[in-house]
Amino acid sequence: MSGTASSVQSSVSPVPPSAAGRQLLAELREIVGEEGLLYNADELLVYECDGYVVEKKIPDVVVFPLNTDQVVQVVQACNRHNVPFVPRGAGTSLAGGCLPVGGGVMITLTRMKRILEVNLRDRYAVVEPGLVNVHLTQHLKGTGFHYAPDPSSQGACTIGGNVATNSGGPHTLKYGVTVNHVLGVEVVTAEGEVLELGGAVEDLPGYDLTGLFVGSEGTFGLCTKVIVRLTPDPEAYRTMLGVFETVADATRAISSIIGAGIIPAALELMDQGIVEAVEEAYHFGFPLDAGAVLLIEVDGLEVAVGEEARQIIELCEQEGAREVRRAETPAERQLLWKCRKQAFGAIGRLSPSYCTQDGVVPRTRLPEILEFIAESGSRHGIRIVNVFHAGDGNIHPILLFDERNPEQVQRVMRASDEILTKCIELGGSVTGEHGIGVEKLSFMSQLFTPDSIEVMTRVRQALNSGGLLSPGKMLPTAGACGMEHIERSHPGKQAAS
Amino acid sequence: MSDEASPHNQSASSEATHSAAGTASGGTLAVLPSATGQQPACADGPITAGSGIDYGLFLDCVHCGLCTSACPTYLETGNENDSPRGRIYLMRSVVDGRLDLTESVSRHLDLCLDCRSCETACPSGVQYGRLIEPFRVDMQRIKAAESGKKSSWFQRLVLYGLFPYPRRLKWALLPARLMQWTGIDRLARATGLTKLLPRQLQRMQHLLPQLRQPAAQLPEVLPAKGTRRARVALFTGCVADAMFSQTGAATARVLQANGCEVVVPRTQACCGAIHYHSGAGDPALALARQNLESLLSDDIDAIIVNVAGCGSMLKDYGHMARELAPDDTAQIEQLEQFAAKVRDISEFLSELGPVAPTGSLPLKATYHDACHLCHAQQIRSQPRELLGLIPDLELVPLAESEVCCGAAGSYNLMEPEMSDRLAARKLQHIVDTGAEAVIMGNAGCSLQIQAALRDGNHPIPVLHPVDLLDLSYRGLPLSTITGK
Repeated sequence: MSGTASSVQSSVSPVPPSAAGRQLLAELREIVGEEGLLYNADELLVYECDGYVVEKKIPDVVVFPLNTDQVVQVVQACNRHNVPFVPRGAGTSLAGGCLPVGGGVMITLTRMKRILEVNLRDRYAVVEPGLVNVHLTQHLKGTGFHYAPDPSSQGACTIGGNVATNSGGPHTLKYGVTVNHVLGVEVVTAEGEVLELGGAVEDLPGYDLTGLFVGSEGTFGLCTKVIVRLTPDPEAYRTMLGVFETVADATRAISSIIGAGIIPAALELMDQGIVEAVEEAYHFGFPLDAGAVLLIEVDGLEVAVGEEARQIIELCEQEGAREVRRAETPAERQLLWKCRKQAFGAIGRLSPSYCTQDGVVPRTRLPEILEFIAESGSRHGIRIVNVFHAGDGNIHPILLFDERNPEQVQRVMRASDEILTKCIELGGSVTGEHGIGVEKLSFMSQLFTPDSIEVMTRVRQALNSGGLLSPGKMLPTAGACGMEHIERSHPGKQAAS
Repeated sequence: MSDEASPHNQSASSEATHSAAGTASGGTLAVLPSATGQQPACADGPITAGSGIDYGLFLDCVHCGLCTSACPTYLETGNENDSPRGRIYLMRSVVDGRLDLTESVSRHLDLCLDCRSCETACPSGVQYGRLIEPFRVDMQRIKAAESGKKSSWFQRLVLYGLFPYPRRLKWALLPARLMQWTGIDRLARATGLTKLLPRQLQRMQHLLPQLRQPAAQLPEVLPAKGTRRARVALFTGCVADAMFSQTGAATARVLQANGCEVVVPRTQACCGAIHYHSGAGDPALALARQNLESLLSDDIDAIIVNVAGCGSMLKDYGHMARELAPDDTAQIEQLEQFAAKVRDISEFLSELGPVAPTGSLPLKATYHDACHLCHAQQIRSQPRELLGLIPDLELVPLAESEVCCGAAGSYNLMEPEMSDRLAARKLQHIVDTGAEAVIMGNAGCSLQIQAALRDGNHPIPVLHPVDLLDLSYRGLPLSTITGK
């Protein structure tokens, strides 16, 4: 199985089927039926990339299993034929998490999307991996509970994908990331065995294998069921919009708020460039001349949130806020959040192409990194705008460019790399929530010592010894099928976080 | 390995001259020949599908995928090829020469309902309709060029020969009325006699609602009640006028009750949506001109429509003129003026400030958002607000109310399988609400949902918001309409 990953942008001549390939296809057809199978080039093409469009690779086959048993059989067939396989949900990954690096079989879980059980008294639900994140919360509407992790792509991304990348979202600051909301998973291993990790009961003994599995980016197994924690809806919200003259004032306000012991449910920063784009899209009435706005939300008991909101307004004003507005109605709150959640997509209105970076720095170093981003942008002649989860120091600088200008593209890549390297220098990391995927592979050796990488590699070998499952992901040394590293030719346009 | 020559191999080499980017193939494993046996539809023809589309419209899509879960067909199949992002990728790949317009590519594009829910979901403002509509028009042309026929018998006879003409439609419905009156229709259904009809006619017969007594033809001018607040022209449409003329009459009465003088010009025509969407540009433009002559005059404050599909077509006249006859600036200007005056009935009443209805209608009802209201015209709150004015009417939320019911113009007739799946999905949600009536502002949805309710043995009436408003203004009970 040679797995040269070639860019499909260049001319690719069709390779006739091998006898082994036909045999595998026949076996897959036996498992999922003709309607659960794609194998013609004109239907496979759309699976060559996800939300990360820089690197592309067409899978050889796409299968749509309907249940755990079919997943097991597909995985076993791949093992028999020594063919790589990779799971995919909605394909909203921004780091190429769904890229079928070695070609082979793509196991698309979008037809496994049932809600199997909702247990409000014990506060958990059991769902299939292909369920769209927001569909769970919609299903729970009126029960007084919701599913807390709310990545900006929650309207489309799947819970299985959230488990694979340990997704965050604006409400991460107070409620934690996906791993804090997954009680257990049913996993089909790389060899096709079914494991049940964790469970609906809290505080299980033994190794925390659920914790190990969440965020493994599909390299330890495919999850086929997820037991998620349900979170009670807060009794009350206060959502505010702080308007600041400069980004520096806004970041100081963030530190003051956290320093005062308040943990907002969300604390999001948008700079002038991004405000311009969302204002054009949604007409909320954002001030176009402000250097930055902070979207701040506190939630909890009615008696508490009023006092917290009062303190926040005071702190913002102390740090030089021009004004602090409050969302007066649920509709206003919803619109504010829509502006924030769809900010990335709205960038399409500013520039023909853009590249979203995902880095983390300690909260107190935010002013430094933002200054560095601005400086790097002007040095490389690239316009960079910012919208990010300020509360936990997770930055998303968005580099604007025109992909038809190759020289500009090179400058964008240099600026991106500089910014991420600076994040590491400041004691942070190169991804807050998008994951390593294939995009950030080259940073792993900067992030971790050789010993750490060696340990991670050993864990991976223990769970995915053949390397057939999700080759070329997460670890620079990963994959046992002689995968060549895919060269990045140009940054792509990306959206949503 | 290559013991069988794949047809695609041959076509790929012959095509290399005009396809610089190279045609996509399977991955390294190459399980099967690519694009098996399907001839490129436009290999030698003069038309490359989508080549006339402004390429910038493709570039607006940043491939984020936020549209996928808003797409009814993707919700059903989970296949990226059946999602908006996937369809844009397919179309762009055909334009780029990476893919041929194979049968399978055409299938996935045909399966699009053109419901525009992806446009609502898209944060980048991708104008999906501006991509899929011209692309499908090209597909039709290519198909016609291949088969040597301009259109199918069905399109010629039914879509072009019958639909645009309300009078012909009424005559055509006469046998159906007679059959329903005598009960022969049920007998024919029960005995399977209807199966002798061609498939698409069977579908049409199946869609026919229990036809209400047709309303008397509206006079050409109806006076305002009380002080005149506006003078409006009422667009009556073709299918709606033939099948739901009572709703047309109710619309006129509701407008009168709100102080509007209503003119109903007899010379008006079909909106042309069926023609335009099936690629028949010239007849569509001719119908637009006829409506312009008939409905627009300086002393008219608004042109009122009660069918979402027609309304969004009328509002699109300016763009259509720009697209089909870009050099005729006078025509573009006139049709833009026309389009600017078009209002859905709920939109208009909401802007005017509705007179509060007083008649009680104790009823638990739910509201379905027609795609051409909520996505194409962004009208969501107005109908709900109007219904909220009716004393004792309780409006309960409908899950997935903005997901297409599968009617989608002639989609029900052309794509029966997906249409039925979406109807079943809608039916389940309606039944789950426990509502005694379901309300919507589009004739196509009404036909589709009535048929689904009838098949599922759920005697839940399907009503238009103005049906209920009219009853409330007149102080009449629901049984006036339902007969129960």
